[in-house]
Amino acid sequence: MAKNILEFEKPIIELEKKIEEMRSYDGSLDIKDEVKKLEQKVNQLKMNIYDNLTRWQKVQLARHPERPYTLDYIYNMTTDFIELHGDRQFKDDKAIVAGLAAIDEYKVMIIGQQKGRDTKSNLYRNFGMANPEGYRKALRLMKLAEKFNIPVITMIDTPGAYPGLEAEQRGQAEAIARNLFEMSKLKVPIIVVIIGEGASGGALGIGIGDRILMLQNTWYSVISPESCSSILWRSWEYKEQAAEALKLTAEDLLEQKLIDRIVPEPLGGAHKDPVAMAATLKNVLKEELAQLIKIKPDKLFQNRIDKFGKMGVYVE
Amino acid sequence: MAWFKRSKQNISPDSVKSDIPDGQWIKCEDCGEIIHIKQMEENLWVCGKCNYHFRIGSLEYINILFDKGSFKELDKKMRSGDPLEFVDTKKYSERIPATIKKSGLYDAVRTGIGKIEGKKIAFGCMDFKFIGGSMGSVVGEKLARAIDKAYQQKIPLVIISQSGGARMMEGAFSLMQMAKTSSRLARLAEAKIPYISILTDPTTGGTTASYAMLGDINIAEPNALIGFAGPRVIKQTIGRDLPKGFQRSEFLEDHGFVDFIVNRKNLREKLLLTINYLS
Repeated sequence: MAKNILEFEKPIIELEKKIEEMRSYDGSLDIKDEVKKLEQKVNQLKMNIYDNLTRWQKVQLARHPERPYTLDYIYNMTTDFIELHGDRQFKDDKAIVAGLAAIDEYKVMIIGQQKGRDTKSNLYRNFGMANPEGYRKALRLMKLAEKFNIPVITMIDTPGAYPGLEAEQRGQAEAIARNLFEMSKLKVPIIVVIIGEGASGGALGIGIGDRILMLQNTWYSVISPESCSSILWRSWEYKEQAAEALKLTAEDLLEQKLIDRIVPEPLGGAHKDPVAMAATLKNVLKEELAQLIKIKPDKLFQNRIDKFGKMGVYVE
Repeated sequence: MAWFKRSKQNISPDSVKSDIPDGQWIKCEDCGEIIHIKQMEENLWVCGKCNYHFRIGSLEYINILFDKGSFKELDKKMRSGDPLEFVDTKKYSERIPATIKKSGLYDAVRTGIGKIEGKKIAFGCMDFKFIGGSMGSVVGEKLARAIDKAYQQKIPLVIISQSGGARMMEGAFSLMQMAKTSSRLARLAEAKIPYISILTDPTTGGTTASYAMLGDINIAEPNALIGFAGPRVIKQTIGRDLPKGFQRSEFLEDHGFVDFIVNRKNLREKLLLTINYLS
């Protein structure tokens, strides 16, 4: 587990190591007291650190290589998952996984970006960066869900839509635009959850819905802090400032009224306890589904127009 | 071949530029032809020699397209509210008034209702010179209202895009303008009211990935840069040079994302013909 430690986590890890060492001495009462004290100290430290993360540190947590991905949530939250492949036009995009699943009594269509855990799987998943066929596969399956009155859950975790030559040839922009257009009027409820990174149009391409949720340590914005830094500061060095300026955390977006709800993560981030994280999210999704399925299908479209229509700040 | 290349600047024929009186003559950015400003205006800012389409603003397009005096602008003075109190090398709150002063525009889009050959049209046209034609809250809101006008009055909608994409200084607010405009276009489409999207140089990023690609008919000016990712980013990603003509109008037509390309001098006529078929 030692391989993926973020800079700000180091003091915690060091203390935890010390406790572990002391435990291995076992025996005398004195040490037990000492261990208890240290444990309290660790907890205090954790609260301190994780309550005061900078925006850039949250971006790092959102990208933590051990963070649960879409398939982890599907595995931990749902039963009887049937993965469905392909856009019926060109191919199956591995950067987006999708399929039918059951969340207790609810049948759902789950669609989400999928990153890999190592170089090999990351190449297979294209680092969670979808091509046009990924967005078209998502749309095909949303239409399928609509036909059979099945609610849609989308999970966003992408550094962006893939900026490749073939992606442009096959109409990356058109694929995303079409999804925004079609998702607006889909006649079944859509719940959108940002589970990691929500970068720009590549995220929004599966991000139109009736309820928009963000896990606590995730980000969602028009551009990544690095790219923003390179364009506005003309250097990659200002990513921390860019993250601050973009106000891109879950708390920020809730305050900006661009999302509906933050889903709390286990202390230290979703990757510290993926099972508990999935359990929390599952409960939240069930709550939301219970509300959304009561809304008449024809009302959903108007609600979404109103919802996104309110977003924006201007002076008249 | 390099033997024959002129290496010294002062013997290059290009150096005649210094003899041109300021503001009267313009050099074609493509072929280098020197053109008088009057001739340029008459030719709708297209090079008579090489057909290079100069970038023009919303006022010029309004003059080209609409019956004289028929255009009524909407929400003219709407301006950005700086929701993030954004600061990069400059404060956004200072960038906005400075750009307004310099460009004479309040934001990167002009909207309104006008008439083409007496036919009422709801219209939006972006301006690249306002922070790269970037789409923030103002662009999203003004376009959404223009779309609503088309919807309420049952008149065709035309949007001319010219934009580097979503505006960074408004963060996620800018992103959501894509959702705002696209959902409004979805409602317009349900009502079977035609929407013509005109793509000009350049149309990239979130603008292309929302309203610019959603026309019932997508029309492009010749040789306009149109895409999602910018060419520099793509070049970096794939690590090789991009083919000639990549992400240009002709490339998009060839790959099926633009219905047709039209020279600016035929734009009005072709637009009207198209609209008349659909309404």
